[in-house]
Amino acid sequence: MSVSDALISVKNLTVRFKTDEGLITAVDDVSFDIAPGEVLGLVGESGSGKSVTAKALMQLNAGNTVYGEESRITLNLDDGPIDILSLRTAKQLNVVRGGAISMIFQEPMASFAPAITIGDQMVEQLLLHSSMDKKQAREFSIEMLDRVGISDAGRRIDQYAFEFSGGMRQRAMIAMALSTKPKLLIADEPTTALDVTIQAQVIELMKDLVDEFGMAILFITHDLGVIAQTADRVAVMYLGRVMETGPVRDVIRTPAHPYTQGLLNALPKLEKLDVALTPVPGDIPSPLERPPGCVFHTRCAKAKPGLCDVEVPVRIPVKDGHEAACLLLETEMEAAS
Amino acid sequence: MTERSHVSVDRLSVHYGIGKSLFGRGGVVKAVDEVSLEIPRGSFFGLVGESGSGKTTLGRAILNAAPISGGGVRYVDGDVDYDVGNLSKADLKDYRKRTQLIFQDPYAALSPRMTVRDIIAEPLEVMGLTKTRAETDERVREIAAKCRLNLEHLRRFPHAFSGGQRQRISIARALVCEPKFLVADESVAALDVSIQADILNLLKSLQKDLDITFLFISHDLSVVAHTCDYVAVMYLGTIVEMAPSRELFESPRHPYTKALLSAIPSLDPDDRGKAQKLEGEIPSPAAMPPGCRFHTRCPVAEGRCSTDVPEWRELTRSHFAACHFSE
Repeated sequence: MSVSDALISVKNLTVRFKTDEGLITAVDDVSFDIAPGEVLGLVGESGSGKSVTAKALMQLNAGNTVYGEESRITLNLDDGPIDILSLRTAKQLNVVRGGAISMIFQEPMASFAPAITIGDQMVEQLLLHSSMDKKQAREFSIEMLDRVGISDAGRRIDQYAFEFSGGMRQRAMIAMALSTKPKLLIADEPTTALDVTIQAQVIELMKDLVDEFGMAILFITHDLGVIAQTADRVAVMYLGRVMETGPVRDVIRTPAHPYTQGLLNALPKLEKLDVALTPVPGDIPSPLERPPGCVFHTRCAKAKPGLCDVEVPVRIPVKDGHEAACLLLETEMEAAS
Repeated sequence: MTERSHVSVDRLSVHYGIGKSLFGRGGVVKAVDEVSLEIPRGSFFGLVGESGSGKTTLGRAILNAAPISGGGVRYVDGDVDYDVGNLSKADLKDYRKRTQLIFQDPYAALSPRMTVRDIIAEPLEVMGLTKTRAETDERVREIAAKCRLNLEHLRRFPHAFSGGQRQRISIARALVCEPKFLVADESVAALDVSIQADILNLLKSLQKDLDITFLFISHDLSVVAHTCDYVAVMYLGTIVEMAPSRELFESPRHPYTKALLSAIPSLDPDDRGKAQKLEGEIPSPAAMPPGCRFHTRCPVAEGRCSTDVPEWRELTRSHFAACHFSE
């Protein structure tokens, strides 16, 4: 995909945090594109840098953040590209934050202000990001709440977040995020705090809304099942690096990277009750002690000493649009050709 | 109570009064309502359900950590036979030693000001199970090794450890007084998948080595399917289905169990939209639906479901369900 086709294009994103213990690398040379209307799943365990990557798209990371010099995030809007990392003032950032890009979070109770009604919060952002007046904004908000399946929206809009159940709060969050008609929705673990039955409802709702509004989604989750049910393409992250990326079918059915394979093997599957669970050996290293070479080599069963702990792998194509960053794969392919 | 039962729960209820004021009578939340089950000795017994189904309260009531409003819990182990709701002070002390709880969040469960050694040793010291410091250290090292902890780490503080290591510390702390019955409440829910499998395998191997009975509480059916021998499915304070694990997952009989299973996101991208969607959310336990509690969300509910409480029946050997339509 050329840069101009992409809605958002992330190139060589590196994010470090200044701390008392030194510079911590959270995201290391990450590149990906999202096309308009596409759902990209970002999978990884805690500490893999998926949330930091997402927040970089709106410059939401904390004040001690240092972006790498090579890092570029380009948002292609109708009236020209925006270089997001170069935006400085709040006014410039408002075009992106809540305007072209909206975000929903894992814990909707923490995302709503507890002492302001849901309606007032929805109206406020519409006044900021659209040309509606107060009355129109309120009517539109009721419409949106109704659209995401909140019954009796006209009464519910004047309630507070604590009066909503977990599933309803997440629906309201989605309604709020979509009411400004963003081009890109970032969903950070939106179903993780929900029960499975409610999760299924929310996933269904999000799929309907993608069809209806045509926005692109960056869907962040640790759950490969949720990715399989929602995403078009997927990127698997580990310790700040993208290990593998490609169409969701290819990555889940024929994973090329040992880490993706390990994740899939560790997952308890209902169809295969006789197969014992195989954990990925070892623990995730501390971000202060990033392993040299391939960041996964300390836990990789196939790692070759002298190679994997020295060289940093680059992403190489496995198949159309399917890439993996593994040195062993590289040697294998060289041997085959 | 059958011969093989380790813990036997008989029509157990935990009710909480709410909103009682000087002038009003207030309502009652039936967190656990007349639940009966037998937990066989040496089994890995799974308890699943959505949030608000009462699974944690049931687990705690069994441990005598939630007020029992009705019915009872019987604990039989070797020469002891306790009625858990009515324990004398001395018996309660003994019961506390025989039963333990492992929590969900290994970040919140460990004191940041204590070393790993002190965390694991605390139960021994509190219960006075060891006489000398050397004896305590010996026990701590023994159990830490069993839980695959690095013995050199015993002098460190919890903040130095990852989630998986912390959960191993919590497990060691729970096991140090050699309990025979353990309640693991969502003990892998906060862990990453690659670590989760490791902790599950550890719990399984400890169960075999130390001959422990587990009550494994979880919202994750795939995890339960892989670890448990028996499974009970809870909804709004009651058990709606119970069976040996394989039987339950291969031929679920209650519509709620079927819906739960179908709601698990499949790893196959071609299964999209196939999930059987359950409408609505779990009702408040303060306003319990009449008849079958599940009828407000049930895809097959008929008229009588909203009036008649379904009977708890044994459908096939050891497979129980409470539904008018599960034949």
